[in-house]
Amino acid sequence: MKSALSILTVIAALIGLWYAACVPMNIHEAAIQAQRAGQEVTPAEAPERRKMGRIALAVKNPGLWRTVYEQDRPQLPAPHQVGAELWKTTWGMVERGRAFSKRSLILHGWITLSATLLGFAFGTLLGIVLAVSIVHSRAMDMSVMPWIIASQTVPILAIAPMIVVVLASLSVDDLIAKGVISMYLSFFPVVVGMVKGLRSPDAMQMDQMKTWSASRAQTFWKLRLPSSAPYLFASLKVGVAASLIGAVVAELSLSQDGGLGARLLAGSYYGQTVQIWSALLGAATLAAVLVWAIGLAQGMTLRRMGFQR
Amino acid sequence: MSEPVIKAENLDLTFQTNDGPVHALKDVSLDIMKGDFVSFIGPSGCGKTTFLRVVAALEQPTGGAVSVNGMSPEEARKARAYGYVFQHAGLYPWRTIRGNIQLPLEIMGFPKSEWKDHIDRVLDLVDLRGFGKKFPWQLSGGMQQRASIARALAFDADILLMDEPFGALDEIVRDHLNEQLLELWDKTHKTIGFVTHSIPEAVYLSTRIVVMSPRPGRITDVIENTLPRERPLDIRDTPEFLEIAHRVREGLRAGHAYDD
Ligand SMILES: Nc1ncnc2c1ncn2[C@@H]1O[C@H](COP(=O)(O)OP(=O)(O)OP(=O)(O)O)[C@@H](O)[C@H]1O
Ligand SMILES: [Mg+2]
Repeated sequence: MKSALSILTVIAALIGLWYAACVPMNIHEAAIQAQRAGQEVTPAEAPERRKMGRIALAVKNPGLWRTVYEQDRPQLPAPHQVGAELWKTTWGMVERGRAFSKRSLILHGWITLSATLLGFAFGTLLGIVLAVSIVHSRAMDMSVMPWIIASQTVPILAIAPMIVVVLASLSVDDLIAKGVISMYLSFFPVVVGMVKGLRSPDAMQMDQMKTWSASRAQTFWKLRLPSSAPYLFASLKVGVAASLIGAVVAELSLSQDGGLGARLLAGSYYGQTVQIWSALLGAATLAAVLVWAIGLAQGMTLRRMGFQR
Repeated sequence: MSEPVIKAENLDLTFQTNDGPVHALKDVSLDIMKGDFVSFIGPSGCGKTTFLRVVAALEQPTGGAVSVNGMSPEEARKARAYGYVFQHAGLYPWRTIRGNIQLPLEIMGFPKSEWKDHIDRVLDLVDLRGFGKKFPWQLSGGMQQRASIARALAFDADILLMDEPFGALDEIVRDHLNEQLLELWDKTHKTIGFVTHSIPEAVYLSTRIVVMSPRPGRITDVIENTLPRERPLDIRDTPEFLEIAHRVREGLRAGHAYDD
């Protein structure tokens, strides 16, 4: 109850801040529109207005404050504008029976989600396989680990289009191409977490296995793998969020297929800031839901395994 | 006279560390007979753990020889000659008590059909019948340690090596477990090697007390315990008991005097 209250307080504060920021962000446009409508604005010259700065301009013209929230293409749309757009493109579309039309955020969210989950599944698999081989082979540890780390220092935004082009020339399906980029981002936290988890049994536990003459495989299945569960779940949370970012970035290069990334791109193309923000919030919500779902699985599994009580 | 179950001859073990060599065991010779209950006592760092680990093939001696049941420690381990109990119970939280006891049986490849009998028997031995379906966190520290002893007994090893198994428990629980351990030893005729820091514990439990001293780790005295096998807890107030405890204390002091 108390935590719900504090969460609501934080959200209210953020929204308040957002509304406040709309005033200086949209004040220039508000001034231009007001002048066109024949209203007085001080100062009257646009270059002068630019020179004096947004905040000063806002202070000088309190009469414009209301109109900063009613623009078609505001530099910073207000929360209720984004909310209305979100509503219109989700539930509004469902009501009209067009949940999967091109204008529906549900369709685009679904497109992003499928690439995200595909990439996440393969990223997790790849991460686990790499972690297992790193833990069991010193050579792998020495030779592959540096490459894995190096792979993450490459800016994904730069190489995503190249990967897309290469895969397209191999006539790979677009969904798989997007999944590859998601996988590229999501396998890394899984490798790091799993390596740590598989190495988490202490010297005593390893000695204990030795006193029973356990084989490496037995030590792996009965001790290392179960011990790694808390680490795996922590990395999965990071991994799924990274996977979503990968999917959105990939959609910038494959925008003809739609998806939240494509909405972002189209929005910025046509100066549709409201659309950009609603796609952004849509992506954030999707990420939150995915992380929450993994948290749920984590809680259930770890409680059952006795790691948490 | 039968052959000793554990035979150590002029054991030497030097660890190479960054701060130079550490002489953990020097010229340690000891025979442990079948059915003996041998306690190892001595100040921290005198090599008690190291000796037990050499016997269990967890550590390689740099000199001398050990045999267990006439075999090398590795062979003895493969022949399931001993169970090892660590200071920390080390039960797996994701397995029930039964599941934990079953673990060595699975690993050693016992047929599935035999698991239940083995588990039931050792649960009885440590008085945990009825707790098999519980998870470790549902048990007290003392019960967890009993479960770990049960696990070490599950595969019918004749030798039980215990490294301060009750070190982390409070005195009352410890008394109780000591009593139970004696009972278990009496019933099963195991050979037990037992590391402790407590003089009363060593005297109460053992047939022989090995007093060790550090830098280099060595045996300074071996005291035969003349107490009868039948030992109620209040035997610890008898003059015979106090006499032996006194001898152990003297032995420890003598070992220390060497040092300074
Ligand atoms: N793996 C190791 N590497 C280096 N030195 C070690 C190692 N294991 C033990 N030693 C050293 O060997 C000596 C004997 O250690 P050991 O653990 O056998 O002592 P202990 O008698 O069991 O002491 P305690 O009562 O504290 O458990 C110590 O000086 C210790 O630091
Ligand atoms: Mg020790």
